Amino acid sequence: MNIALAIVFQIIQSALLILIAPIFTGWVCQNRSWLNNKKGAGIFQPYRQLHKLFLKDSLLAYNASPIFRITPYIYFSAMCLITAIIPVLSISLPFAPVADVIALVSLFALARIFLALAAMDIGTAFGSMGARRAMLVAFLTEPAMLMVFFNIALIHQSTALATIVSTALTHALTINPSISFAAVAFVMVLLAENARIPIDNPTTHLELTMIHEAMILEYSGRHLALIEWASSVKLLNYFAIGLALFFPWGIATLPTFSGIINAGLIFLIKLLVLGSGLAIFEITTAKMRIFRVPELLTVAFVLAILGVLIQLLGVR
Amino acid sequence: MFDPIYAVLCIATYWFFVGIIGGVLLRNRIRCLRVIFSLGTLGSVFLLVTSSLSLNKFPSDLLLSIGIPEYPFRLHWDPLTGFFLILLSVPSLGISVFSGDYFRHLDCRTQGMICFNYHLFLASMTWVLIAADAYSFLIAWELMALSSYFLIVAFKSTQETQQAGFLYFLIAHIGALAILLSFALMLQGQTDFSFAAMRHAQLSPASATMVFLLALVGFGAKAGLLPFHVWLPEAHPAAPSPISALMSGVMLKMAVYGILRVAFDFLIKQEVSWGMTALIIGLLTALFGIILAAVQTDMKRLLAYSSIENLGLITAGLGLSILFNATNHSQLAVLTLVAVLFHCFNHALLKSLLFLGTGSVLHATGERNLGRLGGLFSRMPWVASLILIGVLAIAGVPMLNGFVSEWLLLQAFLFSPQISIPSLIMILPIAAAIIVFVIGLAAYVMVKFYGIIFLGKPRESTLTHAADASALEKCGLVWLVGICCLLGLFPLILLRPLTLVADFLLRLTSPTFSLFHTKHSWLFLVPIQAQRASYSPLVFFCVMMVIYVVLVILIRKFYHGRLRRTHAWDGGYPGQTARMQDTAEGFGQPIKHIFKPFLHIYLEVPKADDKNPHYRIQIADRLWHVLYLPLKKSIFYIAKWVSKLQQGRISSYLIYSFITLLILLWWVL
Repeated sequence: MNIALAIVFQIIQSALLILIAPIFTGWVCQNRSWLNNKKGAGIFQPYRQLHKLFLKDSLLAYNASPIFRITPYIYFSAMCLITAIIPVLSISLPFAPVADVIALVSLFALARIFLALAAMDIGTAFGSMGARRAMLVAFLTEPAMLMVFFNIALIHQSTALATIVSTALTHALTINPSISFAAVAFVMVLLAENARIPIDNPTTHLELTMIHEAMILEYSGRHLALIEWASSVKLLNYFAIGLALFFPWGIATLPTFSGIINAGLIFLIKLLVLGSGLAIFEITTAKMRIFRVPELLTVAFVLAILGVLIQLLGVR
Repeated sequence: MFDPIYAVLCIATYWFFVGIIGGVLLRNRIRCLRVIFSLGTLGSVFLLVTSSLSLNKFPSDLLLSIGIPEYPFRLHWDPLTGFFLILLSVPSLGISVFSGDYFRHLDCRTQGMICFNYHLFLASMTWVLIAADAYSFLIAWELMALSSYFLIVAFKSTQETQQAGFLYFLIAHIGALAILLSFALMLQGQTDFSFAAMRHAQLSPASATMVFLLALVGFGAKAGLLPFHVWLPEAHPAAPSPISALMSGVMLKMAVYGILRVAFDFLIKQEVSWGMTALIIGLLTALFGIILAAVQTDMKRLLAYSSIENLGLITAGLGLSILFNATNHSQLAVLTLVAVLFHCFNHALLKSLLFLGTGSVLHATGERNLGRLGGLFSRMPWVASLILIGVLAIAGVPMLNGFVSEWLLLQAFLFSPQISIPSLIMILPIAAAIIVFVIGLAAYVMVKFYGIIFLGKPRESTLTHAADASALEKCGLVWLVGICCLLGLFPLILLRPLTLVADFLLRLTSPTFSLFHTKHSWLFLVPIQAQRASYSPLVFFCVMMVIYVVLVILIRKFYHGRLRRTHAWDGGYPGQTARMQDTAEGFGQPIKHIFKPFLHIYLEVPKADDKNPHYRIQIADRLWHVLYLPLKKSIFYIAKWVSKLQQGRISSYLIYSFITLLILLWWVL
């Protein structure tokens, strides 16, 4: 009985994450509009855009290879797979042992590598520029991210997300100073990996500053819709990982219906707050020059290292 | 009872004779290249079957009374040898199949030369692995260096090739000298050269450290560790692609075998300082290799630097394993060692695959320069698809084999806080971060490598005539890709035997540890405990497939599957040409910018009033300028001074003798 119920919850969780992802992106945009003193298009605007894109024909360049066509599907399915592994509603996920957090990050890498290859596929100047920059940002963020996980692994003796959350929930609430360093570093990594300000601007189409947008310039129709949707799922996934690592309170320890509903509501409230926070941050920050990005990410790395060292010193 | 050592000895001899017969026949203009290489492949198949069937057999010895009287060849079989024989046989199978077609355009004379040396190379590598005394080991080691040297220079007789070959030969001999010294130190003047005597040598800690360092230098020179890596990027572009594949994929691992043999088998008690040395050298090598790989414009040089990077990772892992073992964490040492051995195997497969791929590209286009390639996916779909898998695997993408070893290595690093030495505990997290950085940069390099060769538009008009690889070439590539996917989805096939090898190396008589043994262990990869970390490539693959199918069906059901072919959009700018894509230099630009201190950049930019402006950039290895060129200069300088002694007059030579005699007399009295 438990297994069946757990699988049902698993599917509910994945579906929930995939379906609310565009709404979350809409919520961030809506907040930005409000902060800009605009009315905004409403939180369902991303859905309308996806619908529009799905209705349109997909255009494919003459020299496009199969990599170009398959990439949106790989990107989307990788992001969907990740939604099944992060504990969002309950920690007893039958899927959780499939990957620990390092394997999870490699799934993001899989998606990124395919996007970069697809961007180079048509042979346009912008595409390859975007691919190069995206890969650059990626190898700069990965060490910082690993240090964050190293820190977490030191505290919880595990890199499996379900174990991390369950130990965090069952043990008494202790303020761990190293966690705060890790959290700040993680936020910087999150911004960089999701092509947000100050690393990249998700709304820009100014050629020379694009990273993510330059990579997907050649996509249209359903392919573009899948990529846009997957990108919003990716943002949500990063938030969910961050919440699981640093603020897991509210996630159900036992798979019961009331617990799940409770966890879902708490998760939504957290997302509302974080979405507004992201919008406020983006409104008040300017985008960086591309060669300042290594400096920023070095700061993230140093913060993460400091966190680890503090943890190591504290343990001793 | 069946003893694997006889079978392996037979296969080595068989290869030797295949080489001789092939060489003789081809020199007499009998076209039999395919037949000979098929026979060679047969040897690989037998070797694979023999060594995988008998990997769990007990160690055995054999005395072969040939050669100098009183000094018979001693041969042995143990799990370590067995694993490296598998590592030799799997890539060499693919490479031999590939070579059957690859060399068909050459004239018979060169074919014969390559045929002989190729099989001699295989035989000598087998011999290196089964040799059980210093004497036969070094003979085999030298034979290996010699045959590979001839393979590098046989192909083309340009000055560049000769120089590359010479550099390789020189560094190989510096290495051999260090290995010889290391063996000599262990033997302490005995006349028994056998490995068994080395195992029982009573060494003081200082001389044990010396032995380890000499072995690290000696085998490291072959493995391309800093600062002896300079021969790799010269030799690989010079050699024909299957030879590069064999050298990079398999021969470099012989060096790893040597380090393992000395560090774990001969020296019983490891020390923390050794581990640190290996770790630091490994990390520096990895970092250096991958940064230089990122700025290369020659596809084979790029792969050569990537090999340096991978050997660096392997050495760093070895260092960590020594650290764990020296601090009595044998379970973690086993885990690290398994990760390292798995990475050796992965790199052997993947680098062979990629080098063979460059061989096909080279045949189809005649170009090694990335700046003149591009858009080959549509012309060479087979090669491009197969290489894609290799590139993804080496970039550390899950569901393929490259990820498994990197993941295991990182898991091992996550356990490093258990080493309770304060100074180490601070360094190891940073080491892990460097490894992640290197892996991330490797993904960058591989995207560059693949994207520029196979994707985009062709940068030259001649590329439109490129043809796909021939049937045998495809077979060779398919074999390697197949093994990659198999190990990626079912890594436990290899991991279980590897724990045996690691247990043997660390002298754990009863493998009591629960490494990779849990309830659903055929499905889940669990290094230590399920709560700690687990990974299941098969579930990854199946779920992604299911999602893909569901997605396609849903989109077709609710919307449509319409597709139109048009010209590329590219922001709506008209008149864009293939030359406007990112070149290899362009792709390396951010790396040049960020890692300036690592590189030696010579830049020539046009001035505003130049009538005929041109841009020229040369990026060289910084170590050439910091280490090798000053070394060369000082040697020449000393030689010039010494040559002043050479007067050519008999009277001055008599004075020299007289002075020498005086000094000696004074010394004695």
